[in-house]
Order: sequence, then structure tokens, then C-alpha cells
Amino acid sequence: MTNHWVDIKNADVVLIMGGNAAEAHPCGFKWVVEAKAHNQAKLIVVDPRFTRSASVADLYCPIRPGSDIAFLGGVINYLLANEAIHREYVTNYTDFSFVVREDFAFKDGLYSGYDEAKHSYDKSSWEYERGKDGYVVSDPTLAHPRCVYNLLKAHYARYTPEMVERVCGSPKDKFLEVCKHLASTATPTRAATIMYALGWTQHSTGSQIIRTGAMVQLLLGNIGIAGGGMNALRGHSNIQGLTDLGLMANLLPGYLTLPKDSEQDYGAYIESRTQKPLRPNQMSYWQNYPRFHVSLMKAWYGAAATAENHWAYDFLPKLDKGYDMLAVFDRMFDGQLNGYFCQGFNPLAAAPNKAKMTAAFSKLKYLVVMDPLATETSEFWKNHGEFHDVDAAQIDTEVIRLPTTCFAEEEGALVSSGRWLQWHWKGAEPPGEARTDIAIIAGIYRRLRKLYETEGGAYPDPILKMTWPYARAEEPSPEEIAREYSGKALADVADPKDPKVVVRKAGEQLAGFAELRDDGSTASGCWIFAGCWSEAGNLMARRDNSDPTGIGQTRNWAWAWPANRRVLYNRASCDPAGKPFNPARKLVAWNGKAWAGADVPDFKADEDPAGGMGPFIMNPEGVARFFARGAMAEGPFPEHYEPFESPLGYNPLHPKEPRVVASPAARIFKKDREALGKADAFPCVATTYRLTEHFHYWTKHVRLNAIVQPEQFVEIGEVHAKELGVRAGDRVKVSSNRGSIRAVAVVTKRIKPLTIEGKPVHTVGIPIHWGFKGVAKPGFIANTLTPFVGDGNTQTPEFKAFLVKVERV
Amino acid sequence: MPLQSLDIVRRSATTTPSPMARAAAEVAVAKLIDTSKCIGCKACQTACMEWNDLRDEVGSCAGTYDNPRDLTDQSWTVMRFSEYENPKGDLEWLIRKDGCMHCADPGCLKACPSPGAIVQYANGIVDFHEEHCIGCGYCVAGCPFDVPRISKKDGKAYKCTLCSDRVAVGLEPACVKTCPTGAITFGTKEQLQHDAAERIVDLKSRGYEQAGLYDPAGVGGTHVMYVLHHADQPALYSGLPVAPRVSPVVRLWKGAAKPLALGAIALAAIAGLLNYVRVGAKEVDPADEAAAEREKEKAHG
Amino acid sequence: MAEHDRPDLIERHGRQERLQHWVVALLFLLAAASGMALFHPALFWLAAVLGGGTWSVILHPFVGLAMALVFARFAAPQWGDNRLLPNDRVWLERLREVIEGRDEHLPEVGKYNAGQKVLYFVMVACVAVLALTGLAIWRRYFAGGLPVGVVRAAALLHALAAFVLVLGAVVHVAAALWVKGAVGAMTRGTVTIGWAWKHHRAWFRQMIRPTGGR
Repeated sequence: MTNHWVDIKNADVVLIMGGNAAEAHPCGFKWVVEAKAHNQAKLIVVDPRFTRSASVADLYCPIRPGSDIAFLGGVINYLLANEAIHREYVTNYTDFSFVVREDFAFKDGLYSGYDEAKHSYDKSSWEYERGKDGYVVSDPTLAHPRCVYNLLKAHYARYTPEMVERVCGSPKDKFLEVCKHLASTATPTRAATIMYALGWTQHSTGSQIIRTGAMVQLLLGNIGIAGGGMNALRGHSNIQGLTDLGLMANLLPGYLTLPKDSEQDYGAYIESRTQKPLRPNQMSYWQNYPRFHVSLMKAWYGAAATAENHWAYDFLPKLDKGYDMLAVFDRMFDGQLNGYFCQGFNPLAAAPNKAKMTAAFSKLKYLVVMDPLATETSEFWKNHGEFHDVDAAQIDTEVIRLPTTCFAEEEGALVSSGRWLQWHWKGAEPPGEARTDIAIIAGIYRRLRKLYETEGGAYPDPILKMTWPYARAEEPSPEEIAREYSGKALADVADPKDPKVVVRKAGEQLAGFAELRDDGSTASGCWIFAGCWSEAGNLMARRDNSDPTGIGQTRNWAWAWPANRRVLYNRASCDPAGKPFNPARKLVAWNGKAWAGADVPDFKADEDPAGGMGPFIMNPEGVARFFARGAMAEGPFPEHYEPFESPLGYNPLHPKEPRVVASPAARIFKKDREALGKADAFPCVATTYRLTEHFHYWTKHVRLNAIVQPEQFVEIGEVHAKELGVRAGDRVKVSSNRGSIRAVAVVTKRIKPLTIEGKPVHTVGIPIHWGFKGVAKPGFIANTLTPFVGDGNTQTPEFKAFLVKVERV
Repeated sequence: MPLQSLDIVRRSATTTPSPMARAAAEVAVAKLIDTSKCIGCKACQTACMEWNDLRDEVGSCAGTYDNPRDLTDQSWTVMRFSEYENPKGDLEWLIRKDGCMHCADPGCLKACPSPGAIVQYANGIVDFHEEHCIGCGYCVAGCPFDVPRISKKDGKAYKCTLCSDRVAVGLEPACVKTCPTGAITFGTKEQLQHDAAERIVDLKSRGYEQAGLYDPAGVGGTHVMYVLHHADQPALYSGLPVAPRVSPVVRLWKGAAKPLALGAIALAAIAGLLNYVRVGAKEVDPADEAAAEREKEKAHG
Repeated sequence: MAEHDRPDLIERHGRQERLQHWVVALLFLLAAASGMALFHPALFWLAAVLGGGTWSVILHPFVGLAMALVFARFAAPQWGDNRLLPNDRVWLERLREVIEGRDEHLPEVGKYNAGQKVLYFVMVACVAVLALTGLAIWRRYFAGGLPVGVVRAAALLHALAAFVLVLGAVVHVAAALWVKGAVGAMTRGTVTIGWAWKHHRAWFRQMIRPTGGR
């Protein structure tokens, strides 16, 4: 989230799209209810199904799964065509005026630089034009034909309301109503928030859908303000913390990145990540990359990380290829992996194409499952009848289950969607032989270390030289680890303005990342968390919910990264002179000497607005981007591409271009492309999702949850059901080109057939929560059906739009 | 009752007055269920099961979101989902948390034959005291909302207590505590009526012209109230009664019939006795015997 | 044939009939006590007869059902003797004289007088209604499967029928106690010929016929 849960109460318009907050985030949804009850907010829900969120919405608009970019592109077109944009905001705080290189092009759905063989782009032309001074060329009059504003306008002019209706199936009047509500927030005193979740991410174009949403918010001036923002609703605790701590295969903690195989040189690695300002007097905060990186290496390797060995740069693995989930499982399927550790992960259920996953696991020599529950993955080798029909005799994989504690049996910080690190305490002792994940990982580490010590190895240093400064080496405490990621001074840290002044004494906890240094005098295991455990103690454990300004800025409740800042980009809530656009909901303001207010300023605290520094300090240009430059795999402006399994089989925006039916830069392997189904055999669009009553594949192990939602079902519309001769409660078989499941049919008015390019398309809803383990009625794994296709940027699988057929059993 | 917060004002099958000496200050409490804020998450159902240590069976899906499908002795509250296409052609998913309404004039209490099995506290809560319940099920027949359920385990009647144990010590009911959206609130009935009025203004501004409070007068008002978008059509909400009242049949059965019948029986017995005394026993005298003997002989020739 | 050899007595109720009568009477007392306990709080103390409220609720339906079955067995053979005849109208019209104990102007009566016959049919009807409605409100087995309106109506009808039955029983007992010799008829089984001559002359004449009236 750019903002946070409580802040949603400040919104005037709430758009829930690509998510179902009432269903999947009922506790946070209270703030939507609050906005409606006490801020007269209008709630809009755009979803393929009339959801629980829609049940309390003012306006519901249906949409075909996977057509969100077309819809949002239509919104952009509407806003631009009707001048429903926050002019002062977009002119000053975005790249509207920047001129794009002449060789940049977009034709027939493809951007310049496409390599058809590799399914990827050479992105060098996706750049701003540079002036003689090295800075980006800007035309504040917006007259330049290649300025971002004009390119944007031209790009989305094609996304007319009629086109939206044709592609998305959203009735034109409803679509225009959505546009009008959103447009009402283009004024400085009104705010709209967008709440989204996996309904946007789990598409082959997921990242670009989210970008399109962000562009809508930028046009409306809704980023950085109270009640606004792009708010990703993180699915489970502690998924935000997982991302922050860099558990993605290509990340290091704090969104630092692992070097590639080609980056053997430390200097070049640092250079490429230390972004210089692209415009005069811009902050470009990533200029501090070396401080973050060196402090991380000091936290990991302590004295072994020195300036001489480039802070142990050689200890870091260098990525030779992708190690994302899909890539790894594909290699496992090909028999290239011997062993696999599943920690808090149930991939047999959670990854696409269960048949492929079963085959992949069957090729392992060993599989370690660390989990509080007996997961489906840990029993992938066992026959569970129709629900999982395998021959155990044919599978040689040795499965080792290591029972872990669950969240309530351990303490530590969980990071909420709003980036709050909230400390929690143990509620119960773990059962049986369960141990904490920390204890298990520490045990594995110590045994590995011993093996390297006694037997040596190819390159033992990264293991042997790691610091392990914990009181109980066999089980480091959560407090010690929290203090470590927050960071401390290893030597006295001097004030950069006056080297004689010591701002932090050696051994003290750091107050924040401003105190990080790149000379090895500081250590911080995750720079964005720096300051969460300062000399003042564990700030994550704070529980003071006082809200002095009344706009939900409870700064003494827990601790938010970065720097306890609650709303990111909050400088943008003020006009260029530093006055709040909306004084009634003032986050920060320039008081003549400094920035101050209800929030921690996301800006240089003493920077006079007259200097023209932009509010988007993480971007080297200081402003927000409509034109993504090379940051996205598919292109600088989001374009609608069909899901990989499309009911149309062509891209209605480019009907004659077969290369752009689906995303030209998505993650898909050849075998999986062959496993895709076509609309003639599988005519319905299916989408998977979660129900309030359950959490993923966990709570089917819990009696209470099983009582309130006991048995697997799929949802089909009344019209569809009538065609099939199915009544509510009948059993149906749902099949894709990869497999089939059987479930009870919930027949509902909440799913209506949509007219897409003139033909009716049915949507089938498939809740994911069932499997063959637990106390709920056994069911099929929904991902039996889903395709092994991923987003081109995040490699997140396309769980939200694929093709199936439904039959009566 | 040692807890003043549980002072009883009405007791089933009891003809003498309840203790009244200290009944003065008790305020009426209530639960307000705002259907326009309810997302049907069923957190209230699980909170109810947890607090009251109830565990219903793991049932099955009947093609709807309703689970458990109905109230039981183990499910004192359930969410009922109904899909309604309004005259404008827009869909509404009306979700109602069902359970005991805690009527001011409770039909269950009226019907209950067992002294003290059903009580009404001074704060308005209608509670079942299962230790006095004899399992006759009259409360089921007496309830205008079809709420009480007889347990198969012990043959006793169960329903929502409005967490009288929590309320007695100043806590809100478990469902209220857990409701994530604030759709269920708890307080004095007066305060909640005021809150509801505010909600109704908001709903009317959003086009629900007939929004209103459900606090049916037919049962003397209830201590569980609903804010409805369509207060003119409560039946849309999975059959919420339009004008609930204690059935006239039950009123007759447990009302006038009782003294009348008892009186009539007593009267009959007394009349018989008095007649006996007045007229004297009807005896057969020797003359009758002789006459009979004569006739018998004649017959036998 | 007669179980006695005294010529001055006539058999009025056979052994089986008597046994059935007293079983019905006993079951009736138990059912009535427990039922009235549930009917009016002032009589809840009667629940003690079957061991308290809960036992009353558990046993009452079984007791009632047993009563209905035995009653059916008991009442069925008497159907013929209770057929209403033209004379019965006259008898009923002169009910006042009956109550006053003035029998002189009453028509001759068969085995049962018109009052007994009416009571017979009332009781048959009441027991039938009680059995049916009792099943309907039997919470343990049946009530859950019926619409609540039906259960409510059944409860009311059950109470009504019970009321009438109890009233009938009161009249029945009062009459039996009033008419000396009647209790003996249902205990010993016999009445004196004088009794029969006085109260049921037509029956008497039938009985003294040499064929024995059978």
C-alpha cells in the first residue's frame, strides 16, 4: 500500500477492482465501511462476479476476467478526453512534459525493440530524450508531439467506452458511471483510493494492470494524499514482510537486488544501481544504494566484510537465470533438481497445473516440508482417491516433514499491507515436536557449517564467514533478529555536515536509514526497516492509537517502513509551494523552514519547495512516471493483451496481429504453451479466488472454518446453469486442458453472461480452498485446472483467467 | 440472582411477581445489525461458536453460501444470503444474520410451561436456563421468528443468549466484538435507535428510499434490531417476518385457555359434588330388587 | 358365561373389559397429571407424578399413546352398545330430571344411557384428537418435521381435547360415584338385578331372557 488501512476512511471514492476486500480482507474492509458511513464515500466494485464487496457497494460493474487494462485504459481515455485530471499535480509531479526518444515506437500492439524468438524486448528506445546537459528534455507547454502527455493521449485514444464494452463486457452506462465517480476526485479536495489484490496480480499482464491503475490515480492527483493511493491488499501474514525481506529469488532485503552472473565486478554492480538524478536538483534516493548494500553485508558478514573484499561481494550468489517459482518447478519437472525445501508453502495446491507439479515432485530425491500442518504437498506421493490419484509405488521421493510453529505460537513482527511492522506475542505453546522456523533453519545452518568445517567444500566462505552473534546459537531469538535488521552502529557515526559531531555511538541501535554509511561503520539487515528497533526500544510493539489530527495517522501505533512514514509520496499532497491541496486532510506541509505535519515527510525535511525538488524521490527524475521507461517487460504504456487462454483467440485491439494475442513478453515455457486450451473445446472463462470463511489451504484443517464453509463448490450463473441443466446443489465437472475437478454447483444471479465482441461468454468461479487434507470435506485442488503461465515481470501465475468447460455429473 | 445485571423481570410459567426491589436503574440493551454494512463473512458465527463452546457438524454445500444451513442447538446464529434483483434491474445481495431477536414480548417465554426455564432480564435479554428446561419444545411453537432449537444431545432448548454472561459483566456480545466491519453494534436500545436513524439518512441519500429500522411493534419491539435497505419488504431478507407477533393460536393456548379450562374443570367437579349432596346418592332399594326378581321369574316362566 | 353363580347378580363388564378400563384410567391419570402440569403453571406440581418436568415431557407422550391404544381396544367392542336410539333423545331432553335423580318419567334405557353414549363418543373423539395432535407436537420425533403453524394449531387442539376429556372424566367419575353400584360394576363386574332393573331396564330385560342376552 502507498497509504494504509486506516487512511481509507479519508477516501471520497473507493474503487475495489482486482480484489475483493470484503471477502479476503474483511478486517481492513472496516475502513471502507467507515469511509461510507462518515465520509459519504462512494464504493465502486468492478469484478467478474457480484462479490461480497459488491454487496455493500454503491455501484457494481461487471468485467471479463483478464480485461482490466482495457477497462482502466478506457478510464484514462475518459479522464484525458474530459479534462478530468488534476492539472497542477500532473504538470508538476509527473513526467507529462518529458520528451521521449525519437526511435521509440508502438505499432500493432508491439513496442520498438521486440525480439520474437526470445519473447522479450530490447528496451533501449524506451527512454526519455536527453539534453546537452545530460538531463531529460522537458517541454512544460506539452506541445511537443513526443512528450509523454501526447503519447499517452494518443495511446489511450483507442480505449473508447464502446471498445471497453466490447472487450470487457462491461455495460457502457455502468462503465461511464465508474468514470464519473473517479473523475469527481480530480479536484484537489477529493480523494479516491484503489484497492486491489491478486485479482490484478495473478494475470499474465498483472504488473501492467496495476500500473494502469496507478496511472489513473496519478491523473487524478490521488497519489501521496490522504484517502488516496494505490493500495495492494497483501494476502497473508507475513507476505508483505516476505517481500520486504527479499525472499524473492532475485531480491535482497529492502528491495536491493542480487547481482546477475554478468555482474562479477562490484564497482559496476553498485554503479548501475546508484541512480543519478535525471533532472536538476532531484533527490534520487537510490543514490544511497551503496549505504544500504554495505550495511546489509556488514549485518551478514560482520568483520569478514571489508572494503578490501568489496564487502564480501563474492559471497553473494550471481543469478545465471531466473529462479522464480515457475522456472524452478519447470526445472524440477525436467528432472534437474534433486531436492527441494518447502517452508510455509504448499506448492502442490498453490502452484498452477497440479499434474505438472505432481510429476515434478516425483522426480526429486528428497522433499523437505516445513509447515505447521500436514499439507497436500507433503503427501503428493500418496493416493487420495479421486482427489489425488497417484501410484505411490511409482514415486521414490523421500519426504521429510519438519513440523513448525504457527504464527500464534511464536513472537515477532508481522508487516501489514500498510507497511506497519507490528510486534506480536506468543499466544500458546506449540504442540508436539513443532519448532520455530528460526530454530529449524539455525539447526540446518549449524550442521552445514560443521560439514564445511570438517569436510571442506567448493567455496565454504559464504557459510563459514557468516556472523552468528546470537545468545543461543541453536535458536536465535526474534528480538535479536529484529535488532539486526533494524541495524546498529559498528563504529561512531559522524554527521556528514560536521564530521566532529557523532550522531550515533558505536554499538547503539540506529535511529533510521539516514544514519547508514557505506564505509562499514553501520550494519542493517534490511535498510527499509532501519529504526524499527532504535535506542528507544522496540517501536514495533507500540500500541498507542491516539490520532491527534483525526485523519487516522496513529504514528505511535507500531512502526511503519520507511522511517515510520504512513503515506508514501506525501509531499505530493501539497502544491508546488508546499501548501496542502486539501487543508482538511493535511498530511505534511512546508512551514517556511521545514516539512512537518501529521505524517513523517517523504521528502528532504528542510528542502525549500522553491528549489523544485519533485515529490517522487525514489525516481531519479523526481516525478512519477506515466512512461515506465525500461521498468516493465511489456512496454512503457500498458496495453491490453488477452489472457493466454482467451475466449476470443485474438486481441480485439489488434485482431490481425497473432503475436500480440496474449502478452508478448510473459513467462511461458514451450511445453506449457502446448498445454493451453482453446475456446472451441473450453468455452467458459474461469477465475479462481478465495472465500472469507477460509484462508488458503490452511483453514480447512480448522473445525470452525470447516463448519461455516464445509465443501468445495464452483459458482456458475443462472443462465449458464440453465443451459447445462444444472440446479443449485448438483455436482458438476469442470475441466480445462490440464485436468478436471468435480464440485457442488452454486447457481447464482451474481454471475451474468457477458457479451464479448458480440458473443456471450460465461464466467465460472472456482474457490481455491479445498484439497485432500483437513477436516473439511475433501475436495479437488483448484490448481489442477490452471495454466503454467506467468507475468513477464513478476512471473506470478495467471490464476485469474483461463478456459474451462462445465458439465453435469 | 446475585448479579444485578441479571435481575429477572419475567419468568416462564410463574404466576407470582419477580423480584422487583432493585429493578430501577437497569437500562434496556440491544444489538443493532446493519445489513447495509454486513458482508456476510460469518465471523459472528465463529465467534459465537467459540465463546459459547459450540461445534456444529461439518455439513455440506447445498449450492448456496449458507452454512450451517439453519439454526441448530450448536449454531445460535447463521447468515442467510438472498439474491434480489431490484426494479431498476440491479442486483442486490441481501445478507442477514439470523438468530434470536430478544422480543420485549417473547412468545417463547409465553409458551414455556417450565417455571424459570425462560427468563427475561431487566436489560431486555431473553435467556434460556437449560437446567430448568424440560424439553417440551413449546418455545419453538411460541417463537414468531422460528429461533429456538432442541438439542439432540440433551433434549433441551437452545438459542442466542445475547451473550448474557458477557453483558452481565460489561462486555459486548461475542459477535459484536468480532464483527470486522462494525455491522453489529451493541449498546442501549435508545442509543442504537439513534445510530440507526443516522444510518437510515445515509442509506436514503444513496437511493434506498425505504430504508428503515426493524424493531417490530407486534412483539413489543426487539432487543436485536436490523437496519434494512428495504424496511418496507423485510421478507426480502430470507423471509424476515413482515409483522411478527406471538401467534394468536399461541396466545389463546397459553393465554385465556389456561384459566378458563382450569375453571371449567373445577366447576364441573364441584357441580358434581354439590349435586350429589343435594340429590343424594342414587341407590337401588329392596323394592327395585324385588321388582327385578319378579320380572326375572316371570321371564323364565 | 357368568363368572359368578349368584342369581341376584348380572354381569355388566367382563374381566378383560374391566382390566382395560382400569389401565386406561391409570394411564389417563398419569397423562392428565403430567399434561395439566405443562398446561398451567398452577398445576406444575403435578409434574412430580411422573418424576418432574423433564420426565413428564419424556413420558407423557408414551403414556398418552399407550392410553390411546388401550382405549381403542377397550372402546371398539362397545361401539354397538353405544349406538344412539330414538329413546336416547327423549332421555337427553329430560336431562334435568336425570340430574335431579327423578327417573320415573325417563324412557327405558339399554346397556348405556344416552349420557353415557354421548360421553363415549366425546371420549373417543378426544382420544383420537389427542393422539394425532400429540404426535404432531411430540418434539423428539415429529414436531421438527412439521410447519410451525401446524404445531401451534396441534398444541392448541391438544389442550382443547385434553380439556374436554378431563371434563368428561370428571362427569364420568361423578356419575359413577353418584350412582351406587356403578363402581362395583367396574370392579366386581356385576350389578344386582335390581340395579339393572332400575337404571338399565331394557338391558335388564335383554339379560334375563333365557338365552342370557348374548
